[in-house]
Amino acid sequence: MSEMNYSDKIPNNVNLSEDRTLQRALEQWQPNYLKWWGDMGPDDSQNFDVYLRTAISVDPQGWAQFGHVKMPDYRWGIFLNPAEKDRKIHFGDHKGEDAWQDVPGEYRANLRRIIVTQGDTEPASVEQQRHLGLTAPSQYDLRNLFQVNVEEGRHLWAMVYLLHKYFGRDGREEGEALLERRSGQENNPRILQAFNEETPDWLSFFMFTYFTDRDGKFQLCALAESSFDPLARTTKFMLTEEAHHMFVGESGISRIIQRTCQAMNERKTDDVAKLRAAGVIDLPTLQRYLNFHFSVTIDLFGADESSNAATFYNTGLKGRFEEGKRMDDHQLKGGTYKVLNAVGGQLVEKEVPMLNALNEVLRDDYIKDSIGGVDRWNKVIEKAGIPFKLKAPHKAFHRNIGALAQVKVSPEGRVLNDAEWKANVDNWLPSETDRAFVGSLMGRVVDTGKFANWIAPPMLGINRQSTDFEYVRFN
Amino acid sequence: MDMSDMQAIKQHLIDPEICIRCNTCEAICPVAAIIHDTRNYVVDADKCNLCMDCILPCPTGSIDNWRSMPRVRAYSVAEQLTWDELPPELTSEQLAELGVATDAPPVDAPVAQPSSSAATDSFNCAQYGSTLPPWSAAHAYTNLYGPKSAGKTITASVAGNVRVTAVGHEYDTHHVVLDFCHLPFPVLEGQSIGIIPPGVDASGRAHHPRQYSIASPRNGERPGYNNLSLTIKRVLEDHQGQPVRGVASNYMCDLKVGDKVQVIGPFGASFLMPNHPRSNIVMICTGTGSAPMRAMTEWRRRLRQSGKFEGGKLMLFFGARTKEELPYFGPLQNLPKDFIDINFAFSRTPGQPKRYVQDVMRERAADLAGLLADPNTCFYVCGLKSMEDGVVLALRDVAQQAGLSWETIGAALKAEGRLHLETY
Repeated sequence: MSEMNYSDKIPNNVNLSEDRTLQRALEQWQPNYLKWWGDMGPDDSQNFDVYLRTAISVDPQGWAQFGHVKMPDYRWGIFLNPAEKDRKIHFGDHKGEDAWQDVPGEYRANLRRIIVTQGDTEPASVEQQRHLGLTAPSQYDLRNLFQVNVEEGRHLWAMVYLLHKYFGRDGREEGEALLERRSGQENNPRILQAFNEETPDWLSFFMFTYFTDRDGKFQLCALAESSFDPLARTTKFMLTEEAHHMFVGESGISRIIQRTCQAMNERKTDDVAKLRAAGVIDLPTLQRYLNFHFSVTIDLFGADESSNAATFYNTGLKGRFEEGKRMDDHQLKGGTYKVLNAVGGQLVEKEVPMLNALNEVLRDDYIKDSIGGVDRWNKVIEKAGIPFKLKAPHKAFHRNIGALAQVKVSPEGRVLNDAEWKANVDNWLPSETDRAFVGSLMGRVVDTGKFANWIAPPMLGINRQSTDFEYVRFN
Repeated sequence: MDMSDMQAIKQHLIDPEICIRCNTCEAICPVAAIIHDTRNYVVDADKCNLCMDCILPCPTGSIDNWRSMPRVRAYSVAEQLTWDELPPELTSEQLAELGVATDAPPVDAPVAQPSSSAATDSFNCAQYGSTLPPWSAAHAYTNLYGPKSAGKTITASVAGNVRVTAVGHEYDTHHVVLDFCHLPFPVLEGQSIGIIPPGVDASGRAHHPRQYSIASPRNGERPGYNNLSLTIKRVLEDHQGQPVRGVASNYMCDLKVGDKVQVIGPFGASFLMPNHPRSNIVMICTGTGSAPMRAMTEWRRRLRQSGKFEGGKLMLFFGARTKEELPYFGPLQNLPKDFIDINFAFSRTPGQPKRYVQDVMRERAADLAGLLADPNTCFYVCGLKSMEDGVVLALRDVAQQAGLSWETIGAALKAEGRLHLETY
């Protein structure tokens, strides 16, 4: 390929222009990445000018530069948060030692696995969402989708940078494999199951960005504590972008709720059939989507008892959420934690060694955080004067990983037999009818300033622009 | 208004209805002014140093909320943590009761800016400038006080004088408020007044009056009061570093509250803003040329706040040497984007090519072309003489690139009182 001007095309703060090895690795990888973007990135959108935020440096002024760009020309950069001088490892067996600037041989395999697993989710979600542009409810939302997509792309770059820079040939091969796996493909699927599910409609997309990208936040937070300093610094910077994805989800659902409540008040009804006829998404359907995405996402934290989690923590590869803000010994040797188990058809709490329960610890932190947003959605309903409350389902509801996968549990936390589950599952999870109805609302609305009937306009535009700003130019 | 009014602050608040509690602001704040509990993220007014580092990274825009408050009455952290929504903005009456001046300080930039070298010999930009106001301009009173008027001068008292640039050695800029008490002195945005410095010059004659653009809207710097504001820059050193003593600007900058000033005017009957609904205003300025732009912007802001006027688009091109030289850079950024589209050009940012207002105008050609084609758009240019050519040439090029006839548009701008050039 022709000479590439790295500092122009790839904004970075890793001294790329002077790192020949890294340049050679990226020369190989970059064209394949663009090809992947062309094949698997957002459908029919390559020529649009999209009002995107691009990070060109890590300082507050530089990481949010707004302007219209064509997505294939997006400047996917490589950024690490500024180094903390003399950073020390602050948890696990190596606590108090200097943070690692290189990969220790004995942890190489585990670190690579962690990075590859994280990296794999990034292109996966782009693939899952690639058709959504065709049914966008507005230009504003289309722009938000594309922003999420290019930033997932940048997160892939961030992980591939670590693989190329620190893992030699293995790393380069893993980098290629990240571009070869495909979401939902039978013979070469993405690593985590939730990333092989389709994102069929915008309600799912908003739920996904609210719940599943929040899992991303918690994983990144845990990795931002890592003793491997380049990983910690990379993921810290990724978190600033992850925030936007959760914003898209939280505000998206909030706007749907707002629109639905408005229609309920105008028609003075909570009759589902009437509301559906009016073209808005009824609150019980929202609750079922919420149940689905919440339960699928908490599976992502892994088995409730896990020796891998203990190893990752002991060896300093992955900390807890806000490890630095916690007041304990940061080694957790004697501690215990209560995990939920199913014994003889009953849910019982079981005390297990804290180190083995770290997945559960992170999951519980996640649940607390995600319930906050559900409460904020309820405020919207409350403000409209409608007596309805959305609720996060019980932790044991609809689980497919860990001890709880063996039992059927209602959203309230009651253990059920198979017949009870089957009789009620359509009240708790989106049925085919629900999905078909939501699908039927998905028509493309992209006139500047117009919004689909089932969703309210946002309170604020992006970057203080108005909501009728031309966020996407279709050319 | 007196100096104790300046004890007011713009308190930085986060809108709990829009915030998604992502922690980005807290992580990025360099002075740990942002904290949270399980309910809200809030800003500690005692710690926040208004560095604005948190503004851009916020994914929601919830971070960008400001309330004028007396410093002693600022909302506490404990109070903010209980909020479900932001409290309403205090009205100017409520603020006045608390002893707070309601207006944001002025927009100003003490900057010189050369014109584009692309100005061609044959192009005479001045010919496009109007001598008539736009059709919906309000009637302007002129020369109520002056040598040929019944009253030779009017006495105003100084109600405020604040320096608005950091202390520098080349110049400093002051925001001066003059009050006329019960004497008539009606003004409009875009008009100017004359100040007569006391004393005599070297040859024993009285000083000539010096002219200054009014920086406040028609209903007063403080709404409902018979006062106005001026933006005054004094140069302290010339290009060789020699001390300079400008007579009038030094006189003005050194005024104390309560001092009396001899004023003549008002002047100007064409550089006036349109007042019909959906009329657009494009403002292009450098340095203290921002004064009339501040006045027009503020009037439109007050109209908008009243909810009874449907304004058009406001677009501002503002040239300065560096960002540091823009006093009140922050509050200017805080005007909502759907109210005013602000474009800065910095000609001396280290490590970056010089950018002048005309360069930025060319970058915004797509939007300017639309405004040029709209007969409801008025253009105002104010600043150093040398910017005039570059700006008018940029307008011509923007029109031509959009396939519009500059001959037709230029002639219409002039005939319809829609292009005004005030340079010095």
